Amino acid sequence: MCTTCGCAEGDTTIEGHTHDHAHDHGHAHDHSHHHDNALMATHAAGISPSRILKIEQDILSKNNAYADDNKDYFKTHGMLALNLVSSPGSGKTTLLTRTLNDLKSEFSQSVIEGDQQTVLDAERIRATGVKAIQINTGKGCHLDADMVGHALESLEPEDDSLLFIENVGNLVCPASFDLGEAHKVVILSVTEGEDKPLKYPDMFHAAGLMLLNKTDLLPYLQFDVDQCIAYAQRVNPGMTILQVSATTGEGMQEWYQWLRDLHQSIQTDKQQHATAKQDA
Amino acid sequence: MHEMSLCEGVIQLIEQQASEQHFIKVTTVWLEIGALAGVEIEAMRFSFDAIARDTIADAAKLEVIHIQGRAVCPICKHQTQVSARFDICPECGHYPLDILAGEEMRIKELEVQ
Repeated sequence: MCTTCGCAEGDTTIEGHTHDHAHDHGHAHDHSHHHDNALMATHAAGISPSRILKIEQDILSKNNAYADDNKDYFKTHGMLALNLVSSPGSGKTTLLTRTLNDLKSEFSQSVIEGDQQTVLDAERIRATGVKAIQINTGKGCHLDADMVGHALESLEPEDDSLLFIENVGNLVCPASFDLGEAHKVVILSVTEGEDKPLKYPDMFHAAGLMLLNKTDLLPYLQFDVDQCIAYAQRVNPGMTILQVSATTGEGMQEWYQWLRDLHQSIQTDKQQHATAKQDA
Repeated sequence: MHEMSLCEGVIQLIEQQASEQHFIKVTTVWLEIGALAGVEIEAMRFSFDAIARDTIADAAKLEVIHIQGRAVCPICKHQTQVSARFDICPECGHYPLDILAGEEMRIKELEVQ
């Protein structure tokens, strides 16, 4: 794995991102766990002495440090960043393109697209006139915070904009990797099973909003909406749940209002921060 | 299969430790993995062997310390063992419970030379 940009041995590629860089991430990772009680364990002839080191470090600490950097970036620039997660085929890209088109006149927007292969989704997004960058994770099943940090360098999103990060279609792995987003938005479509929140509880637990998509198809399906919502609330009682159809537009206004409210609260925080700084 | 990425994270942390604590070989790695961490232990072992190859932890033994899920009911304060996030309180039926343990994903110790 390239320690400079996080590209895993030729697997991960970020559009427009070349490999001849030497940029500095400026992380100050915290290693406050240096115990001095390293024990001499074994000492046999011809074998170097072994010792036991206490580490007590979170495996995700490196990703979390990059996620904190991204979070700082979003905060400084007044941006609302959302991490869109779902199974493959939930209609995520269709929902996103409709959103981008409908909100084009209201917000500056950009998109980071994650897929294992192809730049097809980024092309679909760019067809809306919104700038997008594709990350191909190769064999990887999720985006990580370092990949997103590098994509931001190439994408150069505008201040006070909306950034949608469309994760790799997968309800398992992206749950563990914080990208620095304000919220994960989990998209479930009514053509899937209503018990998915129970089958993949980590993802539904981690999300701040659930969009139940493709509701226009409900007349043709056996999908039990109330049961699905009950399952989702069992895993995450605080989660907002909205029913939408990206095809007919039904319910989309509620989703846009959720975005506006969140964006507004970020702007308010930014202004308060600036005022506090001036007063200081 | 995010166990592959988790193992990459493990190796990176080990290499960082190696330069700070001056060791050249890792012979055993102890990980603490909680029951609610969403980590498949067998996938972790498989990935670790592959990722560790040609690194400072090449052929190191991976020891996984399993941590059971434990939670407390915010209403009746009953403490219980849980195997899923959405388990309900066996005493009063309330959910969700507050998780006390089981979300760990940690490098605990290393045996090094």
